[in-house]
Amino acid sequence: MKILVAVKRVIDYNVQIRVKEDNSGVVTDNVKMSTNPPDDNAIEEAVKIKEAGKAKEIVAITIGDDKAQETVRKALAVGADRGIHVKADGIVEPLAVSKILKAVVEKEKPDLVFMGKQAIDDDCNQTGQMLAALLDWPQATFASKIEVSEKSLTVTREIDEGLETIEVNIPAIVTCDLRLNEPRYASLPNIMKAKKKPLDQMTASDLGIDTKPRIEQIKVEEPPKRKAGIKVSNVADLVNKLKNEAKVI
Amino acid sequence: MSVLLIAEHNNKELKPFTLNVINAATQIDEDVHVLLMGHSADAVAKSISEVSGVKKVIHVDNPTYENYLAENYVPVILNLAQNYNHIVSAANTFGKNLMPRVAAKLDTSQVSDIIKVISEDTFLRPIYAGNAFATVKSNDPKKCITVRPTSFDPAPSSGGSAEIVKGDTAEAFSLTKFIKKEEIKSDRPELGTARVVISGGRGMQSGDNFKLITAIADKLNAAIGASRAAVDAGYITNDHQVGQTGKVVVPDLYIAVGISGAIQHLAGMKESKVIVAINKDGEAPIFSVADYGLEADLFEALPQFLEELNKLNTIQK
Repeated sequence: MKILVAVKRVIDYNVQIRVKEDNSGVVTDNVKMSTNPPDDNAIEEAVKIKEAGKAKEIVAITIGDDKAQETVRKALAVGADRGIHVKADGIVEPLAVSKILKAVVEKEKPDLVFMGKQAIDDDCNQTGQMLAALLDWPQATFASKIEVSEKSLTVTREIDEGLETIEVNIPAIVTCDLRLNEPRYASLPNIMKAKKKPLDQMTASDLGIDTKPRIEQIKVEEPPKRKAGIKVSNVADLVNKLKNEAKVI
Repeated sequence: MSVLLIAEHNNKELKPFTLNVINAATQIDEDVHVLLMGHSADAVAKSISEVSGVKKVIHVDNPTYENYLAENYVPVILNLAQNYNHIVSAANTFGKNLMPRVAAKLDTSQVSDIIKVISEDTFLRPIYAGNAFATVKSNDPKKCITVRPTSFDPAPSSGGSAEIVKGDTAEAFSLTKFIKKEEIKSDRPELGTARVVISGGRGMQSGDNFKLITAIADKLNAAIGASRAAVDAGYITNDHQVGQTGKVVVPDLYIAVGISGAIQHLAGMKESKVIVAINKDGEAPIFSVADYGLEADLFEALPQFLEELNKLNTIQK
């Protein structure tokens, strides 16, 4: 079995986001970037499946500018065998990403495609489902547990009401929740080895995909600020304020 | 042209968030049609027809649709899509799973998780865990939109008298099978719609200690929430998680106990009307969004809190 894992480079989850003064977006210059957190879970799960002897090859793919390669190198350092970097500048919307991934799936013919359930930059939560639609494959979104059989996966999904279990035939798309597993850290020797693993480069236009955004981003603003609160000295004071000042209890 | 809205339900009842989405849909276009796909869900069809603002209910009834699978819903929606400019659903796990599969089939770039309708093609949506708000304009001929339910009031559940028409089924998708749903039943208000939410974090130290929170929730008729750290540590189940990747809540009162206030947690609760933080670390980021901060050991503060509540003559429910 072959698993394709899509990873995205995003602003690190610990960075305090700042909006640009001209309202054209958020500040990304000199800001720490990392792999989108649930994409790390996607790589980890693929590596575990391979370690269990159920997959032969893991291919990590990213789409983005030159620096996006770092996310593929990181995936190679924790166990992916080979990388693909599809170069594209600017905003690439989930629809365009899924078209690029579809073109790569048609070439690579993986049995499974894994990715995080949502990127923490645009918070769209679309790409996996869109790719599944374009390929007419089953989709197992928000996965917190995956059991691999020969021809199918049994996936536990995190839904608002609790948990849902579905069975999807292979080939399938899985989008991963943060609770799927605990991503490992890359060891230094593995980081060195990853530098020698093959990494193919291509552009979106090589694949025949137009990445021009369909959605116009008119402006990006800071959210309204909350007014500064106060510290109360004890519980009695807190309850008094909630009752008589805020009038919420 | 009209808006097609995809209803979420369990064949017995409409999920309350559908009402919020109906309200948002009426702000896009007055002609709102609701698609109900299920099995033996006539009562749900009737209740939707009575919702204020709904002009038509399209009821597709078949055992195939008893359990929701996006793969089975999408072909039915695509058959109807030509009659509509907008297709909308809730930005919860139901709609998030469904809508992109529709959008990709229609070659539309979806607008996710809108919090405001500016015009029929322009919307406000949070990005970066709500640390920035983007105004976006969709230039696709058909617009696929998911709506953050808590950002819109629910449409009144009475006052409407929409016609109910039977809709056509489409071919079932045989490659995905529903196995089971483990729904956690609770007598408490639902987390997404509760007036008061009390949440615990890593500071609770164990699942057993959540009983301190439960006691206060009982008193305040509150829903119980949790930070991702508390869910990851196994103190409480995932359906309680508030945050960027959990639920977004906007109660009148949100009480955060032993929660440090990671960006991803704040994303799920910082629009609450009044926020209380109880934490022994005075530097915890949660205090930056709290209207009332109490720097205290939660194991002392929570029993005192209950005691003070017991002294009150009346408590709003």
